[in-house]
Amino acid sequence: VTSALELPAHVVEEMVAHCLRALPEEGCGLLAGDPQNAVVNKCFPTRNAAASAKRYEVDPRDLLRADRQAEEGEMSLIGVFHSHTHTDAYPSPTDVAEAPDPSWHYVVVSLRHEVPALRCYRIVSGEISEEPVLVRGAGR
Amino acid sequence: VEEGIAVSVEVRLPTLLRPAAGGERHVEAEGKTIGEVLVNLQTTYPGMAGQVLTDGGELHRFVNVYVNDDDVRYIGKLETKVDEDDVVSILPAVAGGA
Repeated sequence: VTSALELPAHVVEEMVAHCLRALPEEGCGLLAGDPQNAVVNKCFPTRNAAASAKRYEVDPRDLLRADRQAEEGEMSLIGVFHSHTHTDAYPSPTDVAEAPDPSWHYVVVSLRHEVPALRCYRIVSGEISEEPVLVRGAGR
Repeated sequence: VEEGIAVSVEVRLPTLLRPAAGGERHVEAEGKTIGEVLVNLQTTYPGMAGQVLTDGGELHRFVNVYVNDDDVRYIGKLETKVDEDDVVSILPAVAGGA
């Protein structure tokens, strides 16, 4: 069985829009849903405390706020997204080294080309595996 | 309240640490300071050992710990005092880069 990350179309749009707004820096944010399955219900765009085109650090206050709001909605933080402004949508060595949770879903939005590219990965014990993405509610 | 009495505070756990606490999202831990609370947390739930505090007893650099709204790195670090109404939140530091 190949698992997939289910993303509502509006979350995909919010992630890409936030990453475009963050340019020239990397944009980042958090994904909330049910930790028992790979379904995202909400995204929380956050500030990049690193304020860099080559690094992101989810602002610690935004992180706490997102975690509380997720919990109020009976969700948990289950993943993170960030942009690669000039490279492909594949986790960098830094992304792998700092991946906080093997149960999380790691979405990378590449803005290298005119059309943004979005991919999702699992990062477990330093091993990267791509996870298919199912966009729910697209085309409405 | 006599100064230096250990209190029991609520500790909110991230998904990463919940399996070590039987799947609980919130647990209680005792201490006078955040450092003591975290030591006691790791003692009660040995599966968390090394994930919040390093073997040297420092706050792990991949973890953010908050007392109410404040990141303890910017207040009293592990010496930060806690009161029984305080809520301690542990979250992973989320970072990476191209």
